[in-house]
Amino acid sequence: MSAVLFFIAAIGVISGAVGVVVLRNPFFSVLALVVHLVSLAVLFLLLRAEFVAAVQVVVYAGAVMVLYVFVVAYVGGEGTSIGERLRGGVGSHPPSGPIGSGLRLGGAIVGGALLVELLIALLGTGLEAINGYGAGYAPGPQAYGTPAYIGKLLLTRFLLAFEIASFLLLIAAVGGVVLARRRGGLEEDEDERELLAPLHARRPTGTGTMAEGVGSALPGPGVNGHDALAGQRESVGPRA
Amino acid sequence: MSIAWYLAVSAIVFSLGALGVMTRRNPLVVLLCLELMLNGGNLALVAFSRMWGNGDGQILALIVMTVAACEVCIGLGMIVAIYRRHLPIDVDELRELQG
Repeated sequence: MSAVLFFIAAIGVISGAVGVVVLRNPFFSVLALVVHLVSLAVLFLLLRAEFVAAVQVVVYAGAVMVLYVFVVAYVGGEGTSIGERLRGGVGSHPPSGPIGSGLRLGGAIVGGALLVELLIALLGTGLEAINGYGAGYAPGPQAYGTPAYIGKLLLTRFLLAFEIASFLLLIAAVGGVVLARRRGGLEEDEDERELLAPLHARRPTGTGTMAEGVGSALPGPGVNGHDALAGQRESVGPRA
Repeated sequence: MSIAWYLAVSAIVFSLGALGVMTRRNPLVVLLCLELMLNGGNLALVAFSRMWGNGDGQILALIVMTVAACEVCIGLGMIVAIYRRHLPIDVDELRELQG
């Protein structure tokens, strides 16, 4: 039973990873990573790491992936639409010149070499315990991998690492806010000018625009509708 | 399943992540592939922790998850800042780090 579950979860893990690397649309890559993370949580459960599996699902597949989805939706894709990608077939990268495909081939070679090296390093060690099923396990409320066990370790033996992690999270939160904050100044004005560009067209006096109807911006001789609108826009002030 | 199978899966996931980091050009996908590499390391840590019947590897996996969350926070903040400045979202064209 556990072998069947292992193979199902391992196939999910590896196919999710392949999907992240191969899919063109970043949004689909994020979804493939969610599949990968949930399958990985199943593997953690098989390894009796219950708390780590729960954290994996809640923090990674929940919070971090939502953050990714928001940023993908904000920034947008790579410029290739879904229809183009489907017509081109999944995984068939349009070659971006001989240099690009050569670099991609080099990356594949280096990745394969890394895989071989890692497999030799991990499986060829000659450690006897690798071929076993792990140390003994006795179920219970304080057993290995339960939240009580992890919490006791975190607050006694690994207290320093715990505190450093919390400090690191604080620094990252402050850094994220500082990096992504909206800077006042030129960018805002440019955006607003682009938005209001159609209003700058010159139109003859007496066309019946809202600005004329207000009365205060009634175009007199020598003042056209464009100036009246500009004055009104300044009185409203910059948008929030 | 014996521990060796888990280690093999972790090696495959790590290599796939490294391949993605080297070949993809969108920084968002590069960050996702970085997550893959961290997850491969996490799986190896938890497998070794199971092998010894010791919780240290799981604690280290949790710390790795914290570091990954910080990295996502900073990386996505940088991508949003790049997008705000109308710079290309492409790691090949972002050559200079001058503001």
